[in-house]
Amino acid sequence: MIDILTTTFIATFIAGVIASAIPLVLGSLGETLGEQSGVLNLGIEGMMLFGAYFGFVTTLETNSYFLGLLAGIAAGFVMSILMVMLNIWLGLNQIVIGLALTMIGGGITSVLYFSTYGQTTPRLGQPDVFPIPVLSDLPVVGSSIFQQPLAFWIALVLAFVVSVVLRNTNFGLRVRAAGQNPNSLDAAGGNVVRTRTYVALLGGAFAGFGGAYLALMSAGTFTPFMTSGIGYIAIVVTMLSRGRILWVIASSFVYGISVSVGTVLQLTSFDLPTDVIKMLPFVAVMITLIVFARSSYVPPALGVPYTRGAR
Amino acid sequence: MNARSAAATHSNTPVVSMRHVGKVFPGVIANDDITLDIRPGRVHCLLGENGAGKSTLISILAGMQQPDTGWIEIDGQKVNISSPRSAMDYGIGVVYQHSTLISTMTVLENLMLGVTGGAFLNRESARSRLTEISAMLGVEIDPDAEAADLALGQQQQVEIAKAMWKGSRVLILDEPTSMLAPQAIADLDASVERLTKDGIAVIFITHKLREAYSMGDEVSVLRRGRLVASIDAETLEGLSEEKFTNAVLAAMFGDDISAIGDRNDVELLSGAKVATKVRTKSSRSDEKLVLHLEDVTTPSTPTEFGVSNVSLKLRAGEVVGVAGIDGHGQSALAEVVAGQVRATSGSVFLDGDDVTKLGVRARQELGLRYVTDDRLHEGIVADLSVALNLLLKQIGKLPYWKRGQISKPDVDAEATRLVEAFEIRTPSIHARAGALSGGNIQKLLLARELSHQPTVVVFNKPTYGLDLKTVNRVRKIVKDFAEQGGAVLLISTDLDELVELSDRVAIISRGRLVGEVENNSPDTARQVGEFMVGSAHSEGNHV
Repeated sequence: MIDILTTTFIATFIAGVIASAIPLVLGSLGETLGEQSGVLNLGIEGMMLFGAYFGFVTTLETNSYFLGLLAGIAAGFVMSILMVMLNIWLGLNQIVIGLALTMIGGGITSVLYFSTYGQTTPRLGQPDVFPIPVLSDLPVVGSSIFQQPLAFWIALVLAFVVSVVLRNTNFGLRVRAAGQNPNSLDAAGGNVVRTRTYVALLGGAFAGFGGAYLALMSAGTFTPFMTSGIGYIAIVVTMLSRGRILWVIASSFVYGISVSVGTVLQLTSFDLPTDVIKMLPFVAVMITLIVFARSSYVPPALGVPYTRGAR
Repeated sequence: MNARSAAATHSNTPVVSMRHVGKVFPGVIANDDITLDIRPGRVHCLLGENGAGKSTLISILAGMQQPDTGWIEIDGQKVNISSPRSAMDYGIGVVYQHSTLISTMTVLENLMLGVTGGAFLNRESARSRLTEISAMLGVEIDPDAEAADLALGQQQQVEIAKAMWKGSRVLILDEPTSMLAPQAIADLDASVERLTKDGIAVIFITHKLREAYSMGDEVSVLRRGRLVASIDAETLEGLSEEKFTNAVLAAMFGDDISAIGDRNDVELLSGAKVATKVRTKSSRSDEKLVLHLEDVTTPSTPTEFGVSNVSLKLRAGEVVGVAGIDGHGQSALAEVVAGQVRATSGSVFLDGDDVTKLGVRARQELGLRYVTDDRLHEGIVADLSVALNLLLKQIGKLPYWKRGQISKPDVDAEATRLVEAFEIRTPSIHARAGALSGGNIQKLLLARELSHQPTVVVFNKPTYGLDLKTVNRVRKIVKDFAEQGGAVLLISTDLDELVELSDRVAIISRGRLVGEVENNSPDTARQVGEFMVGSAHSEGNHV
């Protein structure tokens, strides 16, 4: 039995929460952008896996975390181009395409991984931390919160940026209008297809970033299907948050906590099977949904392709 | 009331000209060789019944559709209006028949939607622009109100402000008065007059003759996609209202005029005359109470009101109208009566029995029917045959279903009878129901719901979007049903229709019944309008 009240332990716990929450924050930010404009991206799980795999390979080969993250972002972006063409330009069913992308993402990355690193199962080292002066010397929070890699701070800044874009820019207003009533946006001289295209591509980039963060920063390796449903949880987080970025962050951290609590339970002497412990985050999501689902509200035009003049 | 005197001060050169414009949709010629001139400082009325091609013409001007033939000139220059944006750039602003305001956003946000240039929202400059336009229209608009909280007339003022946002020279109003209270129509009239004084050309689309006469400087009439009559300013000035009505009716309907109904019907339907109800009995309080709602509440959604604490009594042989702005709980009211939505509190009584907990089918057995406003999706199963749609509610019952199997001869016989009785125009009873026209789908629904002994029928916008012949027919069916002792709950956004058919008109606002007017004087429409305007102003709370 370990002593759960030591400072080292608490610091590790907090770091664990952050490591699990940030990929979800990034994925949910991308999903939020898309859903606000009326694009339901069910392919986000596949995009995150793409980001994770290509980020991992790039960092492994170049030894650069920066290039790895960039590759992850690019991979998610490229996959979202496919989604944009099929869903937004051709107006195909967003659910079918989304599920297909998720399957493609999982399938391709697993096959590639097994055929290249399946035998060696390489691991990455620890990413460089970006200590915040003064604050990083604090006890407990210093080593857990203020000694994070730079990508962590970039993720937080991005969350702030997305929030400002949605609330205070002309572009953000058009995005929300596209999700609420695309006809209104069209009649007001906006371009529904272009608006949705931009946010869907951004969403793919965010998902790729989230996946790469998971592989490079949180796990330090790639394993097939390592996202284990984070993409779907991002969709849930997005629907509960209704475009409010603070809620996105808060609910992602609730998920992070439930993951970390699971880890703690594994380390303590409670005799719980690992399968039960791994269920915890999902149980947390289900409970949250049961409690809050009544207030979940999706934009009226979500998942509906837009064709001018169609009735 | 009109701007005819002002017209003289502006130049006579057309600002917009349509030349030989044609547009064909699969199976329909929507516009056929239409040539029109729109002059500054004048109100150009476009008349025609549903399906005459008015909306298509407007969507071409607005850049939503491209003409198949012909072209458009602005200031004498041939132009290509390729999108709503380019229409705006040419100075054409449109107020559509269906609100394009986003109900969850504030007035200011709605107005800023058309803003280009600059990354960040500039709320201050938008505010000052709104002040400018409000002064131009002579109205006051609260920039921070949520669009859903505005009364219909106010919403329309915001729509006009939106259309004028970039300094439009042509303002298109597509059936702006169809759901407005008389007071709001007067406000709109005043705003239009101010705009034409500033030299703005207004295209006013309507199917009501009296409005065309009182507001228009020039009138054009469309019929089946063709321009069948144009009355220029000088001629219009010389016409008495009666002569105008005669000329326009002849153009609008041609030889079909007798098919629609008698002269009186036609004048009522075309809005040449104001409807009044001829009451057969002075009071119906002695009749049997058939439907009784007691303090009924249903849940609201962010986009649509439920009903809250609604109490309503409906007696045999009575028509009770429900007036109100679209989306203010009308559907919830209809559905809670029909049993499609459960009341969260309160009770529904049918013939004195509590039916609150009964489902749709059980209530149908008791004689309650609902004619939905969503004809195509909720009303019929588009891919099934006309015959099956007609007997949709008899599935499993004798004699149409025997021992769990469909009895084709009985179904076909009954379907044929109904198709004939209700004059449903269909190639065959086995045709796909979804392929029928809107009017025939409505007749199919009426045939289904009014057969098998109904006692109470809820009609939700029964004539919305139909051609006048069918409108007349549907109204007759409603009247006849009430004459024969049926009870009718008539939900409509057409004030003329409510006044023509109802014994009483209740006004619904934000899911509450805020007033009731006995329909026993020519003043009904105005009284109803007062409730509609007043209630929207006084209650500020949101859903």
